[in-house]
Amino acid sequence: MERETIFWFKAAPIHAFPIDSGACIKYLDQQIAVFNFSQSGEWYACQNLCPHRMQMVLARGLLGSCGEEPKVACPFHKKTFSLKDGKNLNGDDCHITTYPTKIEGEYLYIGLPFETSQSEKAENIT
Amino acid sequence: MGGNMKKIIVVGNGMVGFKFCEKLHQADQEKNFEIQVFGEEQWPAYDRVHLSSFFEGKAKDELLLAPREWYENRSIELLTNTLIVQINRNLQVVIDHLGNKHQYDYLVLATGSSAFVPAITGVEKKGVFVYRTLEDLEALKSYASHCKSAAILGGGLLGLEAAKAALDLGLQTHVVEFAPRLMARQLDDQGALLLKTKMEELGIQIHLQKTTSEILGNGKLKGLQFTDGSFLEVDMLIISAGIKPRDELARKTGLAVAPRGGIVVDDHLKTSDPNIYVIGEAASHRGLIYGLVAPGYEMATQVVNQLIGKEVKPFEGFDMSTKLKLIEVEVGSFGDALGETPGSKPILYKNKTKGIYKRVNISADGKRLLGGILVGDTSQYGMLHQFFQNHMALPPEPEDLILGNRGGKSAQGFGIDALPDSAQVCACENITKLHLCQAVQEGNQNISSLKECTKAGTGCGGCLPMVNDLLNSELKKLGKAVKTTLCEHFSYTRQELLDLIKIKEIKTFRALINEFGSGQGCEICKPVVASLLASTWNEPIVKHQHIQDTNDRYLANIQKGGSYSVVPRIAGGEITPEKLIVIGQVAAKYQLYTKITGGQRIDLFGARVDQLPDIWEELIAAGFESGHAYGKSLRTVKSCVGSTWCRFGVQDSVSFAIEIENRYKGLRAPHKIKGAVSGCIRECAEAQSKDFGIIATEKGWNLYVCGNGGSKPQHALLFATDLDSKTCIQYIDRFLMYYIKTADPLTRTATWLNKLEGGIDHLREVVIDDSLGLGEELEREMEFLVNTYSCEWKEVVENPQLRARFKPFINTEEPDSSLQFEPLRGQKIPSNWV
Ligand SMILES: Cc1cc2nc3c(=O)[nH]c(=O)nc-3n(C[C@H](O)[C@H](O)[C@H](O)COP(=O)(O)OP(=O)(O)OC[C@H]3O[C@@H](n4cnc5c(N)ncnc54)[C@H](O)[C@@H]3O)c2cc1C
Repeated sequence: MERETIFWFKAAPIHAFPIDSGACIKYLDQQIAVFNFSQSGEWYACQNLCPHRMQMVLARGLLGSCGEEPKVACPFHKKTFSLKDGKNLNGDDCHITTYPTKIEGEYLYIGLPFETSQSEKAENIT
Repeated sequence: MGGNMKKIIVVGNGMVGFKFCEKLHQADQEKNFEIQVFGEEQWPAYDRVHLSSFFEGKAKDELLLAPREWYENRSIELLTNTLIVQINRNLQVVIDHLGNKHQYDYLVLATGSSAFVPAITGVEKKGVFVYRTLEDLEALKSYASHCKSAAILGGGLLGLEAAKAALDLGLQTHVVEFAPRLMARQLDDQGALLLKTKMEELGIQIHLQKTTSEILGNGKLKGLQFTDGSFLEVDMLIISAGIKPRDELARKTGLAVAPRGGIVVDDHLKTSDPNIYVIGEAASHRGLIYGLVAPGYEMATQVVNQLIGKEVKPFEGFDMSTKLKLIEVEVGSFGDALGETPGSKPILYKNKTKGIYKRVNISADGKRLLGGILVGDTSQYGMLHQFFQNHMALPPEPEDLILGNRGGKSAQGFGIDALPDSAQVCACENITKLHLCQAVQEGNQNISSLKECTKAGTGCGGCLPMVNDLLNSELKKLGKAVKTTLCEHFSYTRQELLDLIKIKEIKTFRALINEFGSGQGCEICKPVVASLLASTWNEPIVKHQHIQDTNDRYLANIQKGGSYSVVPRIAGGEITPEKLIVIGQVAAKYQLYTKITGGQRIDLFGARVDQLPDIWEELIAAGFESGHAYGKSLRTVKSCVGSTWCRFGVQDSVSFAIEIENRYKGLRAPHKIKGAVSGCIRECAEAQSKDFGIIATEKGWNLYVCGNGGSKPQHALLFATDLDSKTCIQYIDRFLMYYIKTADPLTRTATWLNKLEGGIDHLREVVIDDSLGLGEELEREMEFLVNTYSCEWKEVVENPQLRARFKPFINTEEPDSSLQFEPLRGQKIPSNWV
């Protein structure tokens, strides 16, 4: 696989996020859902769009786990997706994109693919 | 590698053609085959069997058997909108309607059939439809919107399904049948008569022994002229007079075609050309056309096995048993239903009051079940069908099969354990009992993994109850307790968790899962626990935002497109003009789509998350409270105007409805709860369709419980009569609290009662006679909930921290620009759902 270049988008201070649940981040025209598990301190990010009915709602879905896999359930029809790799856990074909996260200082950063067309704008924002 | 690949062309991307692709791709591990599929229709293969669900609002892509990516991901080339017009067998090519040629090594014809349209004068008129494809249904639906009535030509299986669809479209519906009874091939006279009565009760008119001589109308149909001189005036006609196999390609290329249609195949589903197979409804096998999916799937599997060089049994025909779906009347028919086998002996059971008819035909030697008919109650269908299909020996008193064991010697169980391993449980996927048991033993120990692993129950779904029984029985044998646990995170039932929460005084989800569960929770257990915490401690639900479903999290109902709707409480449906004006002003200010609900209140749609607190601030200032339309909680107590105004009314139903609605507002329960109060026997508030319904009498109130509207309506049962207001409330307190304590998650009171051991009598004993000694406790708990009620929206509006959570993005104040609306009749609606 080709290595993808990413840049770290400084999203928001971590105390702004509700614990053990989801919230939405906007970057340019993109909506990104962010989730955290307070006990393990894990953070996940994925597209906010549920691919099943093309609705911008995943951040409002319920967070949970399936075995060891962290997951989110879409509030509309309860399609569930792995937050690790975006796989649809109901066995359907539609998957979602997930993004790496990191915490530096008191801020959450999301690793987004670096596209040249967006590079300038991105730099302005970060 | 690629050079040796054999090219398979499948003509027809219907149900069977699709199954063939799926099976071949699965079986072809060594990648010996390349598949190209042609479909004439514009969509990839869809679920024709459940076609009628299109009328129930199913979106087209929900009906698809697989999306286009499914084909792409498997390198199956799918060309839709492409008709194959010719086969050149010498060159081994097919030619499409654009003239393109495609080479094949093997050709699989899965062209299905089209609706048979009899040659009646006038069939070409506008308003005449068939019922076969999505396109047919789309056309039919749009035409029906200008019609009042419809006739269905044909009283067979499909005709009745179409009739139900027409009825659901709000049309006055007639079924016209040429034979003297409905479903003539599957039912005998008595069964068909009962079915007719039931259809008539649904509001469908049945006309038997009618031969249509002409379809009248000037360009557009006006009605049907029958040979007996009578005339039926209707606005549209749906023809459902049978199927006609699509054998035209085969005819043109000189392959043998059966006299009554269908491409002739041998027991290996081969035509006279060794490179051409036919599967599904287009095939004529031993003179028979199979108009069902299961035999088609079996044919697909057969051909796949031959291609990959697996040993195959010859195709030997297929059972044509049917269980009618979708028409609200239960009908089943299997094997030799009419008892035409020489010497067969029928056993009949008829119950006129209950509307049940059952018939089984026993072989002359009394040892085998030959076939049968069930009308009005098909609960024994699965088991009877197994006896029939597996040639199982009958019990000594064969009437036990349809009557159940009536005491005396304990009859051996006809349960799932009596089935032989070879018993076919899922006909669509041909899965046997042995298959399923092995899968359970290999670790597929819940229904979804069992379905995924074996595919059983993924076709028509009719076998799922049996698959479930098998799973439970097998788990028991493995020594595993069969318990309806909540989900993987809690191995307790809802009721057990409620007890734990109470006894251990647990107040948060985290505390509960740490102590009694595992993992991080999920979309099943979190809302259940949220509801239990609310039913026990009645703390504002906003405290537990992270475990609420989105509706309870944002205290509003999420709608298409991701906007929310707002419903203020209007207790009993009574509202002052001043308050009505405020609702209008708020709706106008925030441009909300406004609609009156079925529960006598007003729903305001299209609010953005960030607007919700502002909207509520204005509503609360005018004296409104949350209507809890988003919660699994009390919705409304509907009322008619009652004795204050109505000349028939005998009690003040509005005042009582308001009192009751205010008493139970905010009450969290396993599911939503609805109530109603009618001021007299005319029952204008429809109390008998509610979870609790109250009807005024001269002496007081009659209380009804456990009714239900919705998709499976159920009448409420009369619970107690002539109660005074205080006793009535006492009973409702106990009833609701007992329901809250014992029902499974997401179970309405009607379903709860159906499963409750002892049924309504038990409920009366608990509530009225206090047989469990719970009465006081239930009342106390209800009193606590009533006294601790607070409006959760008020909480939010007044609390800046809570308010701050109502915004679309964490990192910017921008509104969500992805919300799109369009105008409709002077208001807005969300832009369409993709
Ligand atoms: C309303 C309804 C309800 C039904 N309910 C049940 C039920 O409850 N149980 C049951 O078992 N069965 C039921 N059936 C029957 C079931 O749908 C059929 O048996 C099944 O679809 C047959 O599959 P098939 O692939 O052979 O044919 P089809 O599903 O008809 O598919 C054939 C496809 O091939 C295409 N085609 C034909 N000729 C060409 C060509 N030359 N080039 C390209 N494409 C071509 C057609 O357009 C069609 O899309 C029902 C049918 C209907 C209409």
